[in-house]
Amino acid sequence: MNPPAPEPIRELALEGITKRFPGVLACDRISVTVRRGEVHALVGENGAGKSTLMNVVAGLYQPDQGRILVDGEPVRFRTPAEARARGIGMVHQDFMLVPGLTVAENVALGLRAAGPRLRLDLDRARRSVAEVAGRHQLPVDADAPVWQLSVGEQQRVELVKTLCLGARLLVLDEPTSALTPQETDDLLARLERMAAELPIIFISHKLNEVKALSHRVTILRRGAVVFSGDTGRKSTAELAALMTGHEVRQARNDGGGASGRVVLEVTDLKVRADRGHLAVDGLSLELRAGEILGLAGVSGNGQRELADALAGLRPVEAGAIRIAERDLAGALPRRFIEGGMGYIPEDRHHEGIVPGFSVTENLVLKDVGRTAFSRGPFLRLGAIEENAARLRDRFDIRCASTAVAAGSLSGGNIQKVILARELARAPRALVAVYPTRGVDMGAAEFIHGQLLSLRASGAGILLVSEELEELMALSDRIAVVYRGRILGVLEGPAASRERLGRLMAGVEG
Amino acid sequence: MRRFRALYVAGVAAAAGLAAAALASVVLLVIGASPWATFATMFGGPLRDLYGASEIAVRAVPLTLVALGVAISFRSGILNIGAEGQMQVGILASTAVALALPRLPGTVLLPLSLAAGAAAGAAWGGIAGWLRARLDVNEILSTVMLNYIAAQLYGFLLRGPMIDPDELMTGSGTPQSMRLPRGAWLDRLVPGTRLHTGLLLALALAFLVWLFLWRTTLGYRLRAAGEEPRAARYAGIRVERSLVVAMLLAGGFAGLAGSVEVAGVHHRAIEAISAGYGFGGIVVALFGALHPAGIVPAAAFFGLLLFGANMTQRSAGVPGNMVLVLEGVMILAIVSAGMYVSNPYAQERALRAVRRILRPRGDAPGAAPGPATGEGGP
Repeated sequence: MNPPAPEPIRELALEGITKRFPGVLACDRISVTVRRGEVHALVGENGAGKSTLMNVVAGLYQPDQGRILVDGEPVRFRTPAEARARGIGMVHQDFMLVPGLTVAENVALGLRAAGPRLRLDLDRARRSVAEVAGRHQLPVDADAPVWQLSVGEQQRVELVKTLCLGARLLVLDEPTSALTPQETDDLLARLERMAAELPIIFISHKLNEVKALSHRVTILRRGAVVFSGDTGRKSTAELAALMTGHEVRQARNDGGGASGRVVLEVTDLKVRADRGHLAVDGLSLELRAGEILGLAGVSGNGQRELADALAGLRPVEAGAIRIAERDLAGALPRRFIEGGMGYIPEDRHHEGIVPGFSVTENLVLKDVGRTAFSRGPFLRLGAIEENAARLRDRFDIRCASTAVAAGSLSGGNIQKVILARELARAPRALVAVYPTRGVDMGAAEFIHGQLLSLRASGAGILLVSEELEELMALSDRIAVVYRGRILGVLEGPAASRERLGRLMAGVEG
Repeated sequence: MRRFRALYVAGVAAAAGLAAAALASVVLLVIGASPWATFATMFGGPLRDLYGASEIAVRAVPLTLVALGVAISFRSGILNIGAEGQMQVGILASTAVALALPRLPGTVLLPLSLAAGAAAGAAWGGIAGWLRARLDVNEILSTVMLNYIAAQLYGFLLRGPMIDPDELMTGSGTPQSMRLPRGAWLDRLVPGTRLHTGLLLALALAFLVWLFLWRTTLGYRLRAAGEEPRAARYAGIRVERSLVVAMLLAGGFAGLAGSVEVAGVHHRAIEAISAGYGFGGIVVALFGALHPAGIVPAAAFFGLLLFGANMTQRSAGVPGNMVLVLEGVMILAIVSAGMYVSNPYAQERALRAVRRILRPRGDAPGAAPGPATGEGGP
């Protein structure tokens, strides 16, 4: 016997929620009301207070001031369990699933509290999964081990699990951040249907999704509400301006493509992937001073291996990498750095920075040995500090102090640390791999501007990206990589979405 | 909030101390000893006079030296569990050098003998470092295996080629080397005690290790490679080489610890000379947060425990193994307290509990918790 579907929450009201952390006012008298039948988007840049606010709603934090009303009745959540008991269902950005267990077992983990203590009632979990999946049209296989599921399917499992545990209101924290475009469309369609059943709070900084899905929107900036109202009343550009506090323009390459000397020349390069196959298979390209060469392609077509080889991090099977007339294929990373190569790696948390080191230390990662920062065997701490202070201002790195661990910064700020270090070295050529993936709008805008000014100063930039908007706005030329080789090179103005899309799918012409 | 933080830390420390004392008392009562007398001997005994203090320092010297090396290796991303074996080969090498060149003046012989010990320990540690860098052999495995080899080598040499000829003549056959020539001894620091100048050496090296790790480019690179090898490699640091360097240094410090123990305390290689310092040093290093400024006091604390255990065994009639149990209980309590102190969630929970107690019921639920900590709204 299944319990009937729980009655959804009619109205969740937050009144004057304030939450302080040492030195930070994370939420400043925030009031939001969410009603049944609506998707309420909560948007803001990283650090605007979205996550803190939702953690207050989910019982992880207690507000310093303000109150929460569920259906008009004041409530107080001391623990996540209390919030759950009131019907608040939170789906976190990082999935909270045990990969080795099946879907039903994962649900049973949460149900345990409600059932007999010692007996594992998998049948009840399975029935519950089937019932919820049917009611909300969220097809999941209750007996599939979670690790076998795609990211999109795991996302569905999270939703089903939360609903099985009695959610009467859903809070989704950036649910699309790990999904492919197709999976995102699918999820948005399902959420739209679910909104008729129960209220949904949708946290995001992707404004096109917010426009597509939500009925009402609340925009936070620096812990305070700057707008709250119907989504339909604002255009995407207006939302972006409210979110960042200023007009957002996509930085554009003003053309006038330079035909400087060749700074990086790759000929017939072959590089093996970790699993042993040739991921880069006879790739050639030429990067000139003063141009941005976009490298378009669906990820997994050899971009990672190419970028590794261009930094000296992966052995080269065959072919040449010429930097300033010298072939460096297979040389040590040090030689590439000395040759004037800059590199913004794909994995910014583990390759771009040493997360446990301070921002100050990370800013000299490539240069501690140079006389600017050391005298004999000793570090020149004064010069290193000065360097950090200067770069922090120039690149607008937002941190309480440059002595904090770089790993504690937001993604956008970590990327600025990396950018600052690489650009301060005045590279001859820069390889930037997915430089704006997952960073917020303000940081992306800043990074684009910096790349363009590096181009203007005469460096060549190889921009690896999946986002066509970004590639078309910034590149002088766009090369499309497919299965480890260049399928075609389009001049910037000649590149249309359709042609790029065809080439990325492997269709020539 | 800040005032609460201080109270919280003090509270956790007191709770940990009480928990450790309570657990230890249970153990002692079960074996029929008086907890009070045992604690008094264990902590009060060693600190009653200069002799006690000197004995603590004697034990802290090798612990500090081993821990400094362990800290370098752990910070560089390679876990040296082989300090025990590195100490033993260090002892063998410095003893052999001192015995082979007895006629050299002390100003030459002592440094030479210590250097030989450090070099032998470095070589022994370097094997594990090289195996990891070249063949990706797990260093925990290799250093533990090298410990076994070193232990057998040590026993074999002291029973055979390096045994004191007197032992063979008298027929007692105690496995120990000849006494070192006087020139190879470290001077006594305080007359009438066993405290030797190795203490000054250990303190100086603690300072130098700090200088090395945090003030030199090589130290910076080692730490970067240990903290995140992928980022270090991308930044042009040769991670494999830094692993070998780290193990050479770690082995060198352990070897030196052995040499100092011979030259300062025993003046000959004897069995069981390392006395578990090689493993104790790892605990000291972790206890001291892998930082020289933490390692020196941690070594002193462990010196106190070791010597206190000794005294307890003799005067309070508690078996030595039971003292080890007590030590374990105390270390667990301290480590757990550390976890609570550094966990902000635990602190927040405690703060809420305190507020609940201080504010009796009757408040409207959901009302603001107010400025209970003197930190209210504007």
